[in-house]
Amino acid sequence: MSAFRTGLLGKKLGMTQVFTEQGDRKAVTAIHAGPNVVIGKRTVEKDGYTAVRLGYGEKPLRLANKPEIGVFAKNNLAPQRFVRELRLAGADLDKYEVGKPVPLDAVFKPGTYVDVIGMSKGKGFQGVMKRHRMPGFRNTHGTHEFFRHGGSIGCRLTPGRVHKGKRMPGHMGAERKTLQNLTLLGVIPEDNVLLIAGSVPGGKNGYVVVKNAMKRTGVVKLRTGEVQEKSKNPMKASKASAASAKKK
Amino acid sequence: MSDAVPTIASIEAKQQRKNPFPDFRVGDTVRVHVLIKEGEKERAQVFEGVVMKKHHGDARASFTVRKVSYGVGVERIFPMHTPRIEKVEVVSHGRVRRAALYYLRDRAGKAARIREQD
Repeated sequence: MSAFRTGLLGKKLGMTQVFTEQGDRKAVTAIHAGPNVVIGKRTVEKDGYTAVRLGYGEKPLRLANKPEIGVFAKNNLAPQRFVRELRLAGADLDKYEVGKPVPLDAVFKPGTYVDVIGMSKGKGFQGVMKRHRMPGFRNTHGTHEFFRHGGSIGCRLTPGRVHKGKRMPGHMGAERKTLQNLTLLGVIPEDNVLLIAGSVPGGKNGYVVVKNAMKRTGVVKLRTGEVQEKSKNPMKASKASAASAKKK
Repeated sequence: MSDAVPTIASIEAKQQRKNPFPDFRVGDTVRVHVLIKEGEKERAQVFEGVVMKKHHGDARASFTVRKVSYGVGVERIFPMHTPRIEKVEVVSHGRVRRAALYYLRDRAGKAARIREQD
């Protein structure tokens, strides 16, 4: 659990389903996470912090500007479309070699938790019901031209203004979103594909950063298909008996 | 490691079962061997009934089998590519004129019979 987490850059391919060994169908997002090339490193001596600079997806030379070409040419690399830095502890930096691809299965193990950072889909200018999940108004009993409004936006003479941060209509989506503690259900090293349970910010072909989870470590428990023993938590047992006593 | 970016279709292709079921159609009577876990052991339980409909779609395909058990109609939807199905046996081919046999739900006994294909 630290800010220094290994990860990879990738592209969202779309969603599909996979079967677990128990035959459960799980909806997954497929992410093409590699090959990632190491473009450079940030070191304490030179930059004041430590990080590794990764690139994903080659782009033609004509799309790269001159400073970019210089950086990539220094290490004999083709210009990359998606470039990000990952903060890593100084000792971990030695595992990365500039100019070399990062193997997918060295970074991720199936059955663990990951965080995914992506650009959410743009929704345009949206009202408060969609944007802030406000309830709107009832459709009957005389509501007039006010069905999807947000209601009052403030008080009276005191404070005589609208509070800062008041939730109102406006532009929604197309922002950087992080989803934490998603289950990594599968890793297909030969295809450079990660299968992440559930959805991931952004549309197909959107660039994402996948990192090992910051908050949650360990292995995901999947349903085994066997009958589970009843919980032996004494608190729960007392609650259950209390509930049944009440019924009587 | 291939450099080509895989597609959803290519990922799904790997999910599909290696030994496909014998060809069965809507209206056929089939025996589906479903693996169930009993304690430590695993065994196959047979679900026999009429294929009521087939839902196509590569890795997401499924089929519905209907049977009448102790006077109660039971319909079970099986994903075509689930690892929990050991095998499917075709008992008989039925002759039907529908793609989905929803009308079976409204019928019982003799009326719910399906003519066998000659």
